[in-house]
Amino acid sequence: MTIPQPSARVAPASAAGAAPARRPRPDQAPRRPMIECRGLHKYYGDYHALRGIDLTIREGEFFSLLGPSGCGKTTLLRTIAGFEDISSGVVMIDGRDMRNVPANVRPTNMVFQSYAIFPHLTVAENVGFGLRRDPRSRVEKAAAVEEALGMVGLTGFGGRAAHALSGGQRQRVALARALILKPKVLLLDEPLSALDRKMREQMQVELIKLQRQVGITFVLVTHDQEEALVMSDRIAVMFEGEIAQLDGPEALYARPASRKVADFIGVMNFLPARIMSETHDHVTVAAPGLGTVDIPAANVSRVDAGDAGPSIGFRPEAATLLGAGATAAGRVTEGVIDEVVYYGDMTYYDVIMDGTDAYDGIPHEVRISMRNVFGREVPDVGTRTRVSWSPGSLVLFR
Amino acid sequence: MATAQGAGAGQGLRLIAPPLLYAILMLAIPLLTILAYSFFRDDYLTVVREFTLDNYRAVWADPIFRAILLRSLAVAGLVTLTTVLLAFPVAYFLSFVVPPQRKALWLLLITIPFWTSYLIRVFLWKVILGYNGVVNSGLKSLGVIDQPLQFLLYNTGSIVMTLSHAYAPFAILPIYVALEKIDRSLLEAGRDLGESRAMTFWRVTLPLAMPGVVAAVLIVFIPTIGDYVTPTVIGGGKIPMVANMIQAQMLDIDNKPLGSAIAISSMAVVTALSLLFLLLNRRFLRVRA
Repeated sequence: MTIPQPSARVAPASAAGAAPARRPRPDQAPRRPMIECRGLHKYYGDYHALRGIDLTIREGEFFSLLGPSGCGKTTLLRTIAGFEDISSGVVMIDGRDMRNVPANVRPTNMVFQSYAIFPHLTVAENVGFGLRRDPRSRVEKAAAVEEALGMVGLTGFGGRAAHALSGGQRQRVALARALILKPKVLLLDEPLSALDRKMREQMQVELIKLQRQVGITFVLVTHDQEEALVMSDRIAVMFEGEIAQLDGPEALYARPASRKVADFIGVMNFLPARIMSETHDHVTVAAPGLGTVDIPAANVSRVDAGDAGPSIGFRPEAATLLGAGATAAGRVTEGVIDEVVYYGDMTYYDVIMDGTDAYDGIPHEVRISMRNVFGREVPDVGTRTRVSWSPGSLVLFR
Repeated sequence: MATAQGAGAGQGLRLIAPPLLYAILMLAIPLLTILAYSFFRDDYLTVVREFTLDNYRAVWADPIFRAILLRSLAVAGLVTLTTVLLAFPVAYFLSFVVPPQRKALWLLLITIPFWTSYLIRVFLWKVILGYNGVVNSGLKSLGVIDQPLQFLLYNTGSIVMTLSHAYAPFAILPIYVALEKIDRSLLEAGRDLGESRAMTFWRVTLPLAMPGVVAAVLIVFIPTIGDYVTPTVIGGGKIPMVANMIQAQMLDIDNKPLGSAIAISSMAVVTALSLLFLLLNRRFLRVRA
């Protein structure tokens, strides 16, 4: 697969919802690869779970495997951990071929989805489980356990019975238990899916901080696109055992490689389009309702099998509803508000755009999100309105 | 609230009433009778109902009783050890190797010995191990031996073999249940944290299976120490255990107070040993959420 080059960086698009803003880490010299997967295939009987995975995860990176359930992301993670045999291909960790290297000697540790806290041991015994062959003295090991517990905010919990912990505390114990061994790679299998929303958002920030603090390569498996966008340096989007796109969060959000990726990550409006002409740096398309537009070559993606021809896509926040008398910065299309969904900080408007029925006879509806500003009127359903949009924010799926 | 609770308790009581009544009639009353008898005095043909501790003094002063009790404990201990050691791999296989859709079939196969009476199974062992039994005639026809082997039957080894076979399902099932309850990701976590399969078994699987092992030990040990049929049939009466001694006092010698005192004494010893065993394993038996 080809990785779109981040040539003209679009301003970082904020992910839907109240996710904490992600600060890009300072650009360092190209880091060396920590995990390399080459031509990875995995069969369960007749079922082809991994279909040729090629992937390089760099040292110190917060990397996410994102996809719907059954896409093979957990299988890939377990393959890296050594819990699954691969049918063909190579997995290298820190330059070493992992063939015939069992899970217990791989330089990886895992935070399991169920946390897998040993119920017969105390918190401290759980955290110190992997230190059995550590040559340090008892006292030094106990200090290391206490330090690891401090790192995840569980100072003084060592003596507690494991079964008396809450979900969030279990997760912290699982983290401390893995990090105390100072692995080269920490693997996280949907670690936040069992937590409630508030706790999840808090843990997302804590995980980012923790990863910066310890500098270990993190590989996170998640089906939650928001979680992946918030936490990751780079994300591999997986469908049906293949990587559909591998990119940074901003690029993934602003320039999805295919309709499927665009649909999976956030909300994307699609309008039918026709390609008029093409040059080396842009494609000219005609889209009913939008008119003739030049799309920069960087914003051209592909369609997936089964799609009905090319289409133009844009994110809900890429267009603006214009109030009465306001002047437009970009181009303008008129329409009728069909639905208003109020979210507190945001309002979603579904607008039927004028002229969008020209190709297929169906008037197309687009979703537009507007931040609610004090004093701005929320228009009612049925109101005629003007939608302002700019050609630079459009993506062509061809 | 109080009335609702009262109604619930009343309903519960009605539900358990039939088995409770049965237990009182068939278990508690006979037990109390035995307890009472052990403090009465035997007067050759009648039992004199006056309180005495003479029976217990006689029992504990008797070297034969002590020897037989020790033998019973040794045999039961050996049976328990053999049974649990052999049952564990079977339970492990059942839980970890057999595919889920086959488990019901395997459990059924394991309970097959229960389809025939205990007495018949014991007699079958006699047929297998006897002077002209399956083993001897088989070996003779193969020309391995000229004379039948005499050491197969009528000794402690044959008693242990018979009892271990009879009680195997009782040990397999509780260990299987304990193993089934273990979250498989715990075993992966053990491996992930650097332990080999063997060490993961030792540090994770075995401690988590211990409630089942403890249950198996008690379920096998308690009934085998009081077993009466196998020492008679397989031991040929030459190796009496404590139940045979009680039987002799109660029926043959007709000294019910002394027989009762032996019964109560051995029950007390078994209870004490079981409690000690539970105490030693208490860290494995903590309640898990």
